[in-house]
Amino acid sequence: MQFFLYSCKQAHRMISEGLDRPLRLSERARLKMHLSICNACTNFNGQMQFLRKAMHRVSQDPDSTNQPPAKPEQR
Amino acid sequence: MKGLFDRPEFYRIIALLLVPIHFEFMTSLIDLHQQLESMRPVLLRFAFLQLRNDNAAEDAVQEALLAVLEKPDSFAGQSSLRTYVTGILKYKIIDHLRRLKREVPLDTTADESETDLIDSLFNTNGHTVSMPSAWGEPEPTLQEKDFFRVLEMCLENLPPKTARVFMMREWLELDAEEICKELGLTASNLWVVLYRARLRLRECLDLNWFGNH
Repeated sequence: MQFFLYSCKQAHRMISEGLDRPLRLSERARLKMHLSICNACTNFNGQMQFLRKAMHRVSQDPDSTNQPPAKPEQR
Repeated sequence: MKGLFDRPEFYRIIALLLVPIHFEFMTSLIDLHQQLESMRPVLLRFAFLQLRNDNAAEDAVQEALLAVLEKPDSFAGQSSLRTYVTGILKYKIIDHLRRLKREVPLDTTADESETDLIDSLFNTNGHTVSMPSAWGEPEPTLQEKDFFRVLEMCLENLPPKTARVFMMREWLELDAEEICKELGLTASNLWVVLYRARLRLRECLDLNWFGNH
Protein backbone atom coordinates (compact mmCIF):
# COMPACT_ATOMS: atom_id res chain seq x y z
CA MET A 1 0.00 0.00 0.00
CA GLN A 2 2.84 2.36 0.87
CA PHE A 3 4.08 2.01 -2.68
CA PHE A 4 0.93 3.28 -4.26
CA LEU A 5 -0.06 6.00 -1.87
CA TYR A 6 1.53 9.28 -1.06
CA SER A 7 1.89 10.30 2.54
CA CYS A 8 0.19 13.60 3.39
CA LYS A 9 3.60 15.22 3.31
CA GLN A 10 4.21 14.06 -0.25
CA ALA A 11 0.65 14.85 -1.30
CA HIS A 12 0.87 18.43 0.05
CA ARG A 13 4.00 18.98 -1.95
CA MET A 14 2.49 17.54 -5.10
CA ILE A 15 -0.57 19.76 -4.71
CA SER A 16 1.69 22.80 -4.68
CA GLU A 17 3.92 21.56 -7.51
CA GLY A 18 0.84 20.83 -9.57
CA LEU A 19 0.28 24.59 -9.62
CA ASP A 20 3.68 25.14 -11.20
CA ARG A 21 4.18 22.23 -13.56
CA PRO A 22 2.04 19.57 -15.22
CA LEU A 23 2.20 16.49 -13.00
CA ARG A 24 3.15 13.21 -14.60
CA LEU A 25 0.40 10.65 -15.09
CA SER A 26 1.71 8.48 -12.26
CA GLU A 27 1.93 11.48 -9.93
CA ARG A 28 -1.58 12.55 -10.80
CA ALA A 29 -2.92 9.06 -10.23
CA ARG A 30 -1.23 8.69 -6.86
CA LEU A 31 -2.37 12.15 -5.79
CA LYS A 32 -5.95 11.44 -6.83
CA MET A 33 -5.93 8.18 -4.89
CA HIS A 34 -4.59 9.94 -1.84
CA LEU A 35 -7.15 12.76 -2.09
CA SER A 36 -9.98 10.26 -2.42
CA ILE A 37 -9.29 8.95 1.06
CA CYS A 38 -7.79 11.95 2.86
CA ASN A 39 -9.84 14.91 4.10
CA ALA A 40 -6.80 16.81 5.33
CA CYS A 41 -5.17 16.91 1.90
CA THR A 42 -8.51 17.54 0.20
CA ASN A 43 -8.91 20.63 2.38
CA PHE A 44 -5.34 21.68 1.69
CA ASN A 45 -5.99 21.27 -2.03
CA GLY A 46 -9.05 23.50 -1.66
CA GLN A 47 -6.96 26.14 0.12
CA MET A 48 -4.34 26.10 -2.63
CA GLN A 49 -6.95 26.40 -5.40
CA PHE A 50 -8.53 29.22 -3.43
CA LEU A 51 -5.21 31.03 -3.17
CA ARG A 52 -4.53 30.59 -6.89
CA LYS A 53 -7.94 32.04 -7.72
CA ALA A 54 -7.49 34.98 -5.39
CA MET A 55 -4.07 35.81 -6.81
CA HIS A 56 -5.41 35.60 -10.34
CA ARG A 57 -8.07 38.13 -9.37
CA VAL A 58 -5.44 40.47 -7.96
CA SER A 59 -3.30 39.90 -11.02
CA GLN A 60 -6.07 41.16 -13.28
CA ASP A 61 -6.91 44.05 -11.02
CA PRO A 62 -4.67 44.93 -8.08
CA ASP A 63 -7.33 47.30 -6.82
CA SER A 64 -9.75 44.53 -5.96
CA THR A 65 -9.22 45.99 -2.53
CA ASN A 66 -11.25 49.07 -3.42
CA GLN A 67 -13.92 48.06 -5.85
CA PRO A 68 -15.57 44.98 -7.25
CA PRO A 69 -13.44 43.66 -10.12
CA ALA A 70 -13.57 44.23 -13.85
CA LYS A 71 -16.59 46.43 -14.36
CA PRO A 72 -16.66 48.06 -17.76
CA GLU A 73 -15.85 51.76 -17.56
CA GLN A 74 -18.88 54.01 -17.78
CA ARG A 75 -18.32 56.97 -20.00
CA MET B 1 -15.21 88.81 -54.82
CA LYS B 2 -13.24 87.13 -52.08
CA GLY B 3 -13.51 83.35 -51.77
CA LEU B 4 -14.78 81.75 -48.61
CA PHE B 5 -11.30 80.68 -47.61
CA ASP B 6 -9.99 84.21 -47.79
CA ARG B 7 -12.42 85.60 -45.26
CA PRO B 8 -11.16 85.89 -41.71
CA GLU B 9 -14.66 85.24 -40.30
CA PHE B 10 -14.54 81.79 -41.77
CA TYR B 11 -11.55 80.88 -39.62
CA ARG B 12 -13.10 82.49 -36.59
CA ILE B 13 -16.19 80.36 -37.02
CA ILE B 14 -14.15 77.22 -37.54
CA ALA B 15 -12.15 78.01 -34.40
CA LEU B 16 -15.36 78.55 -32.44
CA LEU B 17 -16.74 75.28 -33.74
CA LEU B 18 -13.60 73.50 -32.63
CA VAL B 19 -13.74 74.80 -29.08
CA PRO B 20 -16.18 72.17 -27.79
CA ILE B 21 -14.18 69.38 -29.43
CA HIS B 22 -10.98 70.70 -27.96
CA PHE B 23 -12.69 71.14 -24.62
CA GLU B 24 -14.05 67.61 -24.75
CA PHE B 25 -10.58 66.29 -25.53
CA MET B 26 -8.95 68.24 -22.73
CA THR B 27 -11.52 67.22 -20.13
CA SER B 28 -11.21 63.57 -21.08
CA LEU B 29 -7.43 63.86 -20.79
CA ILE B 30 -7.72 65.53 -17.39
CA ASP B 31 -10.20 62.88 -16.38
CA LEU B 32 -7.80 60.13 -17.46
CA HIS B 33 -5.01 61.84 -15.60
CA GLN B 34 -7.05 61.90 -12.41
CA GLN B 35 -8.08 58.28 -12.77
CA LEU B 36 -4.47 57.27 -13.24
CA GLU B 37 -3.35 59.29 -10.25
CA SER B 38 -5.95 57.60 -8.07
CA MET B 39 -4.48 54.24 -9.07
CA ARG B 40 -0.95 55.21 -8.24
CA PRO B 41 -0.91 54.09 -4.57
CA VAL B 42 -2.11 50.55 -5.21
CA LEU B 43 0.16 50.16 -8.24
CA LEU B 44 3.08 51.34 -6.13
CA ARG B 45 2.31 48.81 -3.41
CA PHE B 46 2.28 45.96 -5.88
CA ALA B 47 5.37 47.15 -7.73
CA PHE B 48 7.12 47.32 -4.39
CA LEU B 49 5.98 43.83 -3.37
CA GLN B 50 7.60 42.61 -6.52
CA LEU B 51 10.74 44.73 -6.66
CA ARG B 52 11.40 45.44 -2.96
CA ASN B 53 13.10 48.63 -3.95
CA ASP B 54 11.43 52.06 -3.60
CA ASN B 55 13.16 53.73 -6.52
CA ALA B 56 12.61 50.88 -8.93
CA ALA B 57 8.96 50.59 -7.87
CA GLU B 58 8.35 54.32 -8.39
CA ASP B 59 10.09 54.27 -11.75
CA ALA B 60 8.11 51.28 -12.97
CA VAL B 61 4.79 52.86 -11.96
CA GLN B 62 5.73 56.23 -13.43
CA GLU B 63 6.74 54.62 -16.72
CA ALA B 64 3.50 52.65 -16.87
CA LEU B 65 1.34 55.73 -16.18
CA LEU B 66 3.24 57.80 -18.73
CA ALA B 67 2.87 55.07 -21.33
CA VAL B 68 -0.91 55.27 -20.92
CA LEU B 69 -0.95 59.09 -21.04
CA GLU B 70 1.19 59.15 -24.16
CA LYS B 71 -1.18 56.90 -26.03
CA PRO B 72 -4.57 57.35 -24.40
CA ASP B 73 -6.32 56.02 -27.50
CA SER B 74 -4.83 52.56 -27.26
CA PHE B 75 -6.89 52.06 -24.12
CA ALA B 76 -10.13 52.26 -26.11
CA GLY B 77 -12.17 49.09 -25.96
CA GLN B 78 -10.40 47.61 -22.94
CA SER B 79 -12.74 46.39 -20.23
CA SER B 80 -11.14 48.31 -17.40
CA LEU B 81 -8.53 51.03 -17.20
CA ARG B 82 -7.00 49.39 -14.12
CA THR B 83 -6.55 46.08 -15.89
CA TYR B 84 -5.00 47.89 -18.85
CA VAL B 85 -2.56 49.87 -16.70
CA THR B 86 -1.74 46.76 -14.70
CA GLY B 87 -0.84 44.93 -17.89
CA ILE B 88 1.58 47.69 -18.86
CA LEU B 89 2.99 47.87 -15.35
CA LYS B 90 3.81 44.16 -15.48
CA TYR B 91 6.04 44.68 -18.51
CA LYS B 92 7.76 47.60 -16.82
CA ILE B 93 8.30 45.51 -13.69
CA ILE B 94 9.90 42.71 -15.70
CA ASP B 95 12.28 45.30 -17.21
CA HIS B 96 13.19 46.52 -13.75
CA LEU B 97 13.59 42.98 -12.40
CA ARG B 98 16.16 42.38 -15.12
CA ARG B 99 17.94 45.61 -14.32
CA LEU B 100 17.91 44.84 -10.57
CA LYS B 101 19.20 41.36 -11.23
CA ARG B 102 22.27 42.82 -12.89
CA GLU B 103 22.85 45.14 -9.94
CA VAL B 104 21.86 42.88 -7.02
CA PRO B 105 21.57 39.19 -7.93
CA LEU B 106 18.82 37.35 -6.10
CA ASP B 107 19.89 34.85 -3.53
CA THR B 108 16.88 32.81 -2.50
CA THR B 109 18.73 30.62 -0.08
CA ALA B 110 19.13 33.50 2.36
CA ASP B 111 15.39 33.84 3.03
CA GLU B 112 14.56 30.36 4.13
CA SER B 113 17.16 28.32 5.81
CA GLU B 114 14.56 26.66 7.99
CA THR B 115 12.93 23.56 6.60
CA ASP B 116 10.83 23.33 9.79
CA LEU B 117 8.13 25.37 8.11
CA ILE B 118 7.29 22.27 6.08
CA ASP B 119 8.41 19.67 8.60
CA SER B 120 6.38 21.15 11.44
CA LEU B 121 3.16 20.41 9.58
CA PHE B 122 3.71 16.68 9.59
CA ASN B 123 4.49 14.03 12.14
CA THR B 124 7.18 11.44 11.58
CA ASN B 125 5.04 9.11 9.50
CA GLY B 126 4.07 11.94 7.16
CA HIS B 127 0.55 12.65 8.41
CA THR B 128 -0.64 16.19 8.96
CA VAL B 129 -0.36 17.26 12.57
CA SER B 130 -3.54 19.32 12.43
CA MET B 131 -6.46 19.24 10.03
CA PRO B 132 -6.30 21.98 7.39
CA SER B 133 -9.51 23.97 7.61
CA ALA B 134 -12.07 24.00 4.82
CA TRP B 135 -12.14 27.47 3.27
CA GLY B 136 -15.25 26.78 1.25
CA GLU B 137 -16.15 28.17 -2.13
CA PRO B 138 -13.83 31.00 -3.22
CA GLU B 139 -16.37 33.15 -5.05
CA PRO B 140 -18.32 34.66 -2.13
CA THR B 141 -15.07 35.53 -0.35
CA LEU B 142 -13.58 37.00 -3.52
CA GLN B 143 -16.44 39.48 -3.62
CA GLU B 144 -15.35 40.93 -0.29
CA LYS B 145 -12.95 43.80 -0.61
CA ASP B 146 -11.65 43.30 2.92
CA PHE B 147 -10.39 39.87 1.95
CA PHE B 148 -8.01 41.44 -0.55
CA ARG B 149 -6.74 43.85 2.05
CA VAL B 150 -5.85 40.89 4.28
CA LEU B 151 -4.29 39.05 1.34
CA GLU B 152 -2.15 42.08 0.53
CA MET B 153 -1.04 42.30 4.15
CA CYS B 154 -0.09 38.61 4.05
CA LEU B 155 1.91 39.16 0.85
CA GLU B 156 3.72 42.05 2.52
CA ASN B 157 4.63 39.76 5.40
CA LEU B 158 6.39 37.22 3.20
CA PRO B 159 10.18 37.23 3.37
CA PRO B 160 11.31 39.64 0.61
CA LYS B 161 12.91 37.19 -1.77
CA THR B 162 10.16 34.61 -1.35
CA ALA B 163 7.66 37.37 -2.08
CA ARG B 164 9.47 38.32 -5.26
CA VAL B 165 9.44 34.76 -6.57
CA PHE B 166 5.84 34.16 -5.57
CA MET B 167 4.71 37.41 -7.19
CA MET B 168 6.55 36.54 -10.39
CA ARG B 169 4.63 33.29 -10.50
CA GLU B 170 1.20 34.37 -9.32
CA TRP B 171 0.97 38.06 -10.11
CA LEU B 172 3.09 38.46 -13.23
CA GLU B 173 1.87 34.95 -14.05
CA LEU B 174 5.18 33.91 -15.57
CA ASP B 175 5.67 30.19 -15.97
CA ALA B 176 8.18 28.27 -13.89
CA GLU B 177 10.65 27.93 -16.72
CA GLU B 178 10.80 31.70 -17.33
CA ILE B 179 11.28 32.41 -13.63
CA CYS B 180 14.10 29.88 -13.36
CA LYS B 181 15.78 31.50 -16.33
CA GLU B 182 15.35 35.02 -14.97
CA LEU B 183 16.57 34.16 -11.49
CA GLY B 184 19.04 31.38 -12.21
CA LEU B 185 17.14 28.90 -10.01
CA THR B 186 16.77 25.18 -10.57
CA ALA B 187 13.23 23.97 -11.09
CA SER B 188 13.08 22.00 -7.84
CA ASN B 189 14.50 24.97 -5.96
CA LEU B 190 11.73 27.14 -7.39
CA TRP B 191 8.99 24.66 -6.49
CA VAL B 192 10.13 24.61 -2.89
CA VAL B 193 10.25 28.41 -2.66
CA LEU B 194 6.72 28.61 -4.06
CA TYR B 195 5.50 25.82 -1.78
CA ARG B 196 6.86 27.64 1.25
CA ALA B 197 5.31 30.91 0.10
CA ARG B 198 1.93 29.21 -0.23
CA LEU B 199 2.24 27.62 3.21
CA ARG B 200 2.98 30.99 4.76
CA LEU B 201 0.13 32.70 2.95
CA ARG B 202 -2.19 29.88 3.89
CA GLU B 203 -1.27 30.27 7.53
CA CYS B 204 -1.64 34.05 7.41
CA LEU B 205 -5.07 33.91 5.73
CA ASP B 206 -6.23 31.14 8.01
CA LEU B 207 -5.38 33.23 11.02
CA ASN B 208 -6.38 36.70 9.82
CA TRP B 209 -9.29 36.05 7.52
CA PHE B 210 -10.77 32.65 8.21
CA GLY B 211 -10.26 33.06 11.93
CA ASN B 212 -8.83 29.61 12.62
CA HIS B 213 -6.14 28.50 15.07
